[in-house]
Amino acid sequence: MVETKNTSPPSVPPAEVDEVELYHAKSFWTKYVFSQDAKVIAIQYSGVAIAIGLVALVLSSLIRLQLGFPEMFDFITPETYYQFVTMHGMIMVVYLLTALFLGGFGNYLIPLMIGARDMSFPYVNMLSFWIYFLAVLVLVGSFFVPGGPTGAGWTLYPPQAILSGTPGGKGLGIILMLVSLALFIVGFTMGGLNYVVTVLQGRTRGMTMMRLPLTVWGIFTATVLALLAFPALLVATVMMLFDRLLETSFFMPSLVEFGDQLSYGGGSPILFQHLFWFFGHPEVYIVALPAFGIVSDLISTHARKNIFGYRMMVWAIVGIGALSFIVWAHHMYVSGMHPYFGFFFATTTLIIAVPTALKVYNWILTLWNGNIHLNTPMLFSLGFIVTFLNGGLTGLFLGNVIVDIPLSDTMFVVAHFHMVMGVAPILVVFGAIYHWYPKISGRMLDERLGKIHFWVTFVGSYLIFFPMHYIGLVGVPRRYPELGDAAFIPDSVATLNSFISLAAFIVGIAQILFLYNLFWSLRKGRPSGPNPWRATTLEWQTPHTPPAHGNFGPELPLVYRWPYDYSVPGASEDFLAQNDPGPLDSESST
Amino acid sequence: MGVALAIVIIVIGSVVFHLLSPWWWTPIATNWGFMDDMISFTFWITGIVYVVILLFVAYCVYKFQYREGRVAAYEPENTKLEIWLTILTSLGVVALLAPGLFVWFQFVNVPEEATEVEVVGQQWSWSFRLPGADGKLGTADNRLISEDNILGINPKDPYGQDDIIIDGYDLHLAVGRPVKMLLRSVDVLHNFYVPEFRAKMDMVPGMITYFWMEPTRIGTYDVLCAELCGVGHGYMGGTVLIDTDDDYDLWISEQTTFAEMTTNTGIEFTKLVEDP
Ligand code: HEM
Ligand SMILES: [Cu+2]
Ligand SMILES: [Cu+2]
Repeated sequence: MVETKNTSPPSVPPAEVDEVELYHAKSFWTKYVFSQDAKVIAIQYSGVAIAIGLVALVLSSLIRLQLGFPEMFDFITPETYYQFVTMHGMIMVVYLLTALFLGGFGNYLIPLMIGARDMSFPYVNMLSFWIYFLAVLVLVGSFFVPGGPTGAGWTLYPPQAILSGTPGGKGLGIILMLVSLALFIVGFTMGGLNYVVTVLQGRTRGMTMMRLPLTVWGIFTATVLALLAFPALLVATVMMLFDRLLETSFFMPSLVEFGDQLSYGGGSPILFQHLFWFFGHPEVYIVALPAFGIVSDLISTHARKNIFGYRMMVWAIVGIGALSFIVWAHHMYVSGMHPYFGFFFATTTLIIAVPTALKVYNWILTLWNGNIHLNTPMLFSLGFIVTFLNGGLTGLFLGNVIVDIPLSDTMFVVAHFHMVMGVAPILVVFGAIYHWYPKISGRMLDERLGKIHFWVTFVGSYLIFFPMHYIGLVGVPRRYPELGDAAFIPDSVATLNSFISLAAFIVGIAQILFLYNLFWSLRKGRPSGPNPWRATTLEWQTPHTPPAHGNFGPELPLVYRWPYDYSVPGASEDFLAQNDPGPLDSESST
Repeated sequence: MGVALAIVIIVIGSVVFHLLSPWWWTPIATNWGFMDDMISFTFWITGIVYVVILLFVAYCVYKFQYREGRVAAYEPENTKLEIWLTILTSLGVVALLAPGLFVWFQFVNVPEEATEVEVVGQQWSWSFRLPGADGKLGTADNRLISEDNILGINPKDPYGQDDIIIDGYDLHLAVGRPVKMLLRSVDVLHNFYVPEFRAKMDMVPGMITYFWMEPTRIGTYDVLCAELCGVGHGYMGGTVLIDTDDDYDLWISEQTTFAEMTTNTGIEFTKLVEDP
């Protein structure tokens, strides 16, 4: 059954693109602050994303304070509660995960993994970060304006988002949110074009598309999705800004607010939902695909085995990416859109389950007959498989339109999307940081702390979100600051809520271990050497660790093989680096 | 060993939690029992997949854990296995989707005999409107809303005159009589949500949405809002009663029509402005 299709071609093609002259920084400012080096930009992106992510984490604790112990905290009113929920959701999805996977991991890994000296457009890359930073500042600023940030829910549905019944609706809150999103999209587009062009044009000799590590495939496809999806959000934000500031009526029908006839008329709230989810669903995959790619590489490396079904994995990533543009209205089954759309979107949604399931099978089949090192990156990968599988399966409930009707807008949905796009990708982020930290810093993260961090985070998150499904089954709606006195909600739900909140606090606090580990290991960690995991991909083969400006020294690497030559029969080591001509060379070129 | 065991414990724990959970859906009060059946069926299929896959992971982790000297296999692809997995997964998906779409068809096609009931949402309360003797609701428009026409009913539409308006009181439905719930909003999105009905739908200003159902169980049920509609969203309660035929007929004979409301403003009018 063994096929060895992916070994080297008889000869290595000549360079198609001449070496480009790199910009060399001369001062501290151009080297570390307004840097054009993708690695520095990656760290900047990651630092800002993690910092704002911590804000979102604190917000989640505040939400859980209220849900677990209602009426105990005076500062949490319905107004502030909705503001916390909205900002928590928006930050987690856009400003943390999107920025971290694409701006952070994308910048660091793409040039190194494809054997390039830097991104194709370093200056634009730098601009991308600074505009992202500005977007974050505007977002943070909205916490400090009169009336506070918007409380419209991360979906920002009009009309309520720009009316006075919603916190921040008539104040600056919603305006700053929309401006910040628009800035984010502008910044992202600059970075995104860069990632795509770099992957297409900047690969070193021998690095064919079908020899790209799955990490690059995941980030590349996610970026393409983002470039196609974000414009829908951009126009939606601009149109909503017009509705709010100029009293246009793109999304606003004639309506009466607390007894007053407003001057709006003729617009469509559902149009906004279509635009939002045309962005919002691909957004789920913008977060998921990089995680898919990264986890493939983590599993393969630490199980010392080639990824199972590489070509299938690539086509699944591309297929999922394409399909993700025709499933968006599964978020709108109860929106009042034409009910016959339900047939189409339920069908496309369940079809997407097939390639997704195949990816899960392939990760697991990679473990089969491997030699599994249960180190921190592998543990986080296993945690990802558990939570992603869980969330993927509950997706089959919510995608199947008739099953979604009773469950939509309940806590079941909240539990589902946290498993699948909250916990699962975050576990991959952690795994990836444990995996690549040695390359970035030259030192290992502490394994013992890492393992404690893993177990508390993984088990804790499972205890938060698994029982939450059942609160949704009872029928408790999402976005409720209190359970209220509805007869169908038994008192035991409140008890369960308190339990979930306690688990959430423990998970939140455990992240201090991680931060401590990051800083401590920077100076005290065990030196890692260039390739501590004995991995095959190019970033581990750099002459310097951390890689120097220009990444690869005088000569770019030549690529002879796919990235998954682990435990190749007959090889002297249990891995063959992509730039290793290796023993198989003569055999396969027959 | 430890990691494999942890995965097994998670699997067993999840299954036990599921089986023992006191947190389960409320007894149904409409004809949509099929939704419950579909949830149960989906739980079975996905549950089995979850258990099988995770136990397999646990086995792999246990069996192939790092050992000095073990050499991992080298197997880039296995086309036959991949095709089989694709086929099996597709079958599972079809098994879930086909019955789901079949019932969706019933859900979106309202039977002829269903009578119309209108629900109007506004920040943050519910009002209701029932057709009068003519069996038809008059047209309505948000632009017509004023202090003495709180639902914006078209005064020129003859069908509207005998419409029964229920504002600030509970809605009653008759058991066994299918209803088409017509949903309308005065201001922002809302969602008419009664967990026991299972069916729910957003209410969108500027359009009329709907779902249908047949009430099957007599009782009193809480109405909640299930679409974020501002700070009062969590407190937008209401009540629906499912009555016997006799109780329902008695109740409906005591209600006020739109025509009565607009002519004798006095008492009714004060009642209206006091509403939250
Ligand atoms: C310890 C970690 C986390 C906890 C305890 C947590 C908890 C919560 C809670 C309690 C809600 C409000 C549910 C409701 O009543 O509607 C919520 C909403 C949300 N969370 Fe998280 N969350 C966490 C991490 C994440 C992550 C990593 C993401 C990234 C995808 C995320 C995305 C969201 C989104 C999109 C919403 C919806 C906001 C809205 O309804 O507008 N959360 N979270
Ligand atoms: Cu979606
Ligand atoms: Cu509401």
